[in-house]
Amino acid sequence: MLYREAGQFKATYQEDQQIFPIRQDRVGMAVILAFFFAAVPLIASEYWLQAILIPVLIFSLAAIGLNILTGYAGQLSLGSAAFMAVGAFGAYNFMLRIDGMPFLLAVVLGGLCAAVVGVAFGLPSLRIKGFYLAVATLAAQFFIVWALVKFSWFSNYSSSGVISAQEVNILGFAFDTPILKYLLTLAIVAVLALLAKNLVRSATGRRWMAVRDMDVAAEVIGIRPMRAKLSAFAVSSFYCGVAGALYAYTYLGTVEPEGFNLDLSFKILFMIIIGGVGSMLGSFLGAAFIVLLPIFLNVSMHTMFGDSLPAGLGSNLELIVFGGLIIFFLIVEPHGLARLWALAKDKLRLWPFPH
Amino acid sequence: MGFFFEVLIGGLLSGVLYALVALGFVLIYKASGVFNFAQGAMVFFAALTFVGFKELLPGWTGLEESSVVVFWLAFALALASMVVLGILTEKVVLRPLVNQPHITLFMATIGLTFLVEGIAQAIWGANVRGLDLGITDEPIEWILDSADMIVSKFDVFAAALAGILVASLALFFQYTKVGRALRAVADDHQAALSIGIPLQHIWAIVWAVAGFVALVAGLIWGARSGVQFALTFTALKALPVLILGGFTSVPGAIVGGLIIGASEKLAEVYIGPMVGGGIEGWFPYMLALFFLLVRPEGLFGEKHIDRV
Repeated sequence: MLYREAGQFKATYQEDQQIFPIRQDRVGMAVILAFFFAAVPLIASEYWLQAILIPVLIFSLAAIGLNILTGYAGQLSLGSAAFMAVGAFGAYNFMLRIDGMPFLLAVVLGGLCAAVVGVAFGLPSLRIKGFYLAVATLAAQFFIVWALVKFSWFSNYSSSGVISAQEVNILGFAFDTPILKYLLTLAIVAVLALLAKNLVRSATGRRWMAVRDMDVAAEVIGIRPMRAKLSAFAVSSFYCGVAGALYAYTYLGTVEPEGFNLDLSFKILFMIIIGGVGSMLGSFLGAAFIVLLPIFLNVSMHTMFGDSLPAGLGSNLELIVFGGLIIFFLIVEPHGLARLWALAKDKLRLWPFPH
Repeated sequence: MGFFFEVLIGGLLSGVLYALVALGFVLIYKASGVFNFAQGAMVFFAALTFVGFKELLPGWTGLEESSVVVFWLAFALALASMVVLGILTEKVVLRPLVNQPHITLFMATIGLTFLVEGIAQAIWGANVRGLDLGITDEPIEWILDSADMIVSKFDVFAAALAGILVASLALFFQYTKVGRALRAVADDHQAALSIGIPLQHIWAIVWAVAGFVALVAGLIWGARSGVQFALTFTALKALPVLILGGFTSVPGAIVGGLIIGASEKLAEVYIGPMVGGGIEGWFPYMLALFFLLVRPEGLFGEKHIDRV
């Protein structure tokens, strides 16, 4: 009743092709954006901003990146954290070595560095597929982290490769409080998410999906697999790189190469699987889920058992519950949380009169 | 030249250990198409369970901890736990996920990794424990005397054990009824089903066998470096072996293990100093990667033919 397109006529192709063809979606999106841009900074505490909202946004961006590669172009990758590292260290070096480097440009350049590296490590995808490719991307994961630790030029010769992000300053305006950092992250993520959404709706996105569904068939109908696969690697790594730069500049402030380890790559992969492969919404839902779950587990363990639980057992219990929940979610909803929303939308169209 | 051969032999022997872990992956991938990332956690779980029982048993039975009976009892109990774990995994995790995309199954096994690691440490504690198989890690004297090379006794023992294991597995697959059924399932699920081979039964058996392989690998690795959480990273050592040899080939796992082991050690000695060392983390992957550019399905993997 409330959520249906009845009465909304589309008279032009533009209207038919817009991102949110239904008015309720447009209104809903505007409300969500207004809520996160205007209401959240007013009501959220510093802890919420720093420890939950900013990482969720950053991981959403990384998950969008991986989703472009895995969900849309069908190339499984286990190296996303390494591309984040390239973005972080790239942005750091541009800020460090070029005087008066604008922050946003440095972030973009960091992302472009990641894109170049991503294309280089995407080259094997032209020959190998599936799990062979997944294991091959582990080469990127281990090699990049090793290189960043080993060649201390990248970290300006600091010990063990730790870098401290410079102050974030745009047009003389310092983004130094959690609220401002949150707003900056949100703005960048919102713009990039919109771009990504449009990209996957475009001819490029359709090429990716054709390659994903069957690359031989895609080649037969005239899609160049090399261009499709490498462009997917480039765009995906760019997104991961920007996420990495934000990770360093607006979230942690101090990062080291070892922080971008295989666990982080797996985390991002979890996000898109739990959220929904091949879905923008899924990237956000998955990121929120994976960031919130350990915090939620930790808090609920604490309230349930208090301090009576030995420290070691507590962390093991968290591992067990985390692993168990992942398996549970995969069994219950293998298509991810985004699928739940799609089902709910279908129900909503008829609600409250289902007949 | 003696030094070169010393490094080469050391590398080949440690390659056997990689192959042992890779073998567990291959068994499960071949039979059920699942890329079981939890194999490393299973190695850890097996070794920890074995050591745990070995410590508990003297209290229960009144025997000395060093006695042979305790060793084999602990082995039997650990093996039983691995079989139960394997069957449970098949029943609880994989059966509901039949026909899902490979990536979903892969993610489920990563979830399983966390679960198994957590359970193992919750039961047995997170301390590093020693494991003594009665073989010391010292050079064999006559080789040291005659050829002036250091070849570890333990490595040779481990390689021999791995060899026996692989040979007995090969015999099991070749000559038993269950083995024949396993090969049939590996060749073609649907054809196997249609002639009355109980698929899920076979999968449970495969997981149990993989558990057995994990136990042997866990014992050898554990005796080498102590039973500790780091054992789960053996999976990462086995992955390049896997893509080099091919996901579906048992001989591939062995040959791949030898190639990776040898080249890794040689690279560490001869290339490592040029770039500042510490390259063993990524070198095997790079090697496997360049290898794949020439042969995309690994050394012995099945050639994949795409049809539109």
